[in-house]
Amino acid sequence: MRMTMAEKVLARTSGRTTVAAGDYVTARIDRVMCHEAFTLCALSLLKLGVSHVFDPERVIVILDHYFPAPSEQMARGHALARQFVQQFGIRHFLGHAGICHQVLTEQGFIRPGDLVLGTDSHSTTYGAVGAAGAGIGLTEMAYVLATGELWLQVPPTIRFLLEGEPSPGIMSKDVVLHLAGKFGTEVAQYRAIEYAGPVAARLSIASRMTMANMGAELGAKFAFFAADEITRSYLGECSGEPASLFGPDADAVYDATHHIDISNLEPQIACPHNPGNVKPVSEVVGLRVHQAFLGSCTNARLEDFAVAAAILRGRKVHPDTRLLITPASQQVYLEATKSGYTEILLNAGAAITASGCGACPGGHNGVVAADEVCISTTNRNFRGRMGSQDAQIYLGSPATVAAAAVAGRIVDPREYWSGTNLS
Amino acid sequence: METTIRGRIWKFGDNVDTDVMAPWNTLSLPWEERRATVLQVRPDFVEHVRPGDLIVAGRNWGCGSSREQAPENIKLLGIAAVVADSFGRIYFRNCIAIAFPNLACPGIHAACEEGDEIECDIRSGRVRNLSRGLELRAKPYTEDMLAIIQQGGLLEVLKQRLAAAAEGG
Repeated sequence: MRMTMAEKVLARTSGRTTVAAGDYVTARIDRVMCHEAFTLCALSLLKLGVSHVFDPERVIVILDHYFPAPSEQMARGHALARQFVQQFGIRHFLGHAGICHQVLTEQGFIRPGDLVLGTDSHSTTYGAVGAAGAGIGLTEMAYVLATGELWLQVPPTIRFLLEGEPSPGIMSKDVVLHLAGKFGTEVAQYRAIEYAGPVAARLSIASRMTMANMGAELGAKFAFFAADEITRSYLGECSGEPASLFGPDADAVYDATHHIDISNLEPQIACPHNPGNVKPVSEVVGLRVHQAFLGSCTNARLEDFAVAAAILRGRKVHPDTRLLITPASQQVYLEATKSGYTEILLNAGAAITASGCGACPGGHNGVVAADEVCISTTNRNFRGRMGSQDAQIYLGSPATVAAAAVAGRIVDPREYWSGTNLS
Repeated sequence: METTIRGRIWKFGDNVDTDVMAPWNTLSLPWEERRATVLQVRPDFVEHVRPGDLIVAGRNWGCGSSREQAPENIKLLGIAAVVADSFGRIYFRNCIAIAFPNLACPGIHAACEEGDEIECDIRSGRVRNLSRGLELRAKPYTEDMLAIIQQGGLLEVLKQRLAAAAEGG
């Protein structure tokens, strides 16, 4: 049938046997995710006299961007969201279980081959389990909530074949930052990504989530990994239900295929003010850091806690630096606690917050001041993203962030850690 | 419906992101308080922009977040249309959904100077720089996209769909 993963999903959801890149379809949506934006979507719908959703089983609402509420205004937004959840008969209200993409994935709501739309640009993260996830805005979401469908263009797909043997100290975040630096933040504009090759096939779901998440920073509509035995095993544990394998046809047609040899890759850093402004860590070493942030839907999962704990065990956060940690979900927080990681991190001087988006979008829980430097595991270092327009945000892996917290400046994390999450 | 838009332009560069169009801490403020915070990468812009002006931008205009306030803010400033070399995809979709014309026209940034007068036809995709006598081709909207824009946005489409369903019984 010569179809990519994107083409297969959009053929099925538009009721066709086949589609090709460039076609426009009206697709039925399998899963719909709303965070705080739900309040505004519901208000738009109520104005039109609509107070139900197309299918209460398919819609999930969760509060993550502003939890716990940092202001009276946000508290009111949350109160309205809870009221509208009742009023619209939403079955899956996940409260403050953590960051939307992490929670929906770990609770087994996302299945391989699903078409998932969310009110968040990093909905590409669902590609880690073989789903087509894309972000949309408020108005499109209001339309989807009412009708269950939306027009979509079938995207061409570019394929990154990840090959080679990683050096110690390298994480999947370094690989995706390397792609942003090498190919630019538009390489997948109006396109889908498929990450494949021997390195991709070994990655944990958590590491895949990091790269699918950053697919948004490469411009992508969807960012897939094929659903393989690792995916089946992960989803089996999450949901207790067996998941199917899902991947492209062997003769699928790609817009481009890039072979990426990661063998000699150094830790990578995105410098202000764009995720594509990437340099090897050796070119940034020595820069003084005021805040180190381990959090967001990109990197704050259990394996990231393990790396941070390995680096901070028996060490202290530098006195001129603060280390903020926001677990990706309450479940991650609990597992990190059971594993002893949170104790190690607290002993080192880290401040750990409730799970949620935290400092990433600059709303609360770690806003940065003018002239401060923040090294962060997040996905965006746009000007003003985390607070002041005059702050400098650098992006790196959890290892890079934890090492910077110890040193008080950007350092090569391999001085502190010789593991990897790539094999 | 008239599909030709004509006006003087403000010029922006590459990778102007949604966070500078609509900073996070302003998203739920009323428009009067939000207005001064829009596109502060050019502090003179909000002060001097006039309704009916257009924006010409470089690559990846609107990259980043799904926040609809990004295009909404620019529309509320009175900008009649944006013509850019390329767009962030969610921003581009949001513009269609809120009936705000944005045309992808590779080469437009290099073909214009600040203050030029341009004319663009959102149906055909023809873009003319009247100040310099240049003509470029933007990627035209599909009939369906144009229909959403001409009906006043996706909520209007939904309203009409609901009305038709109610009539149909």
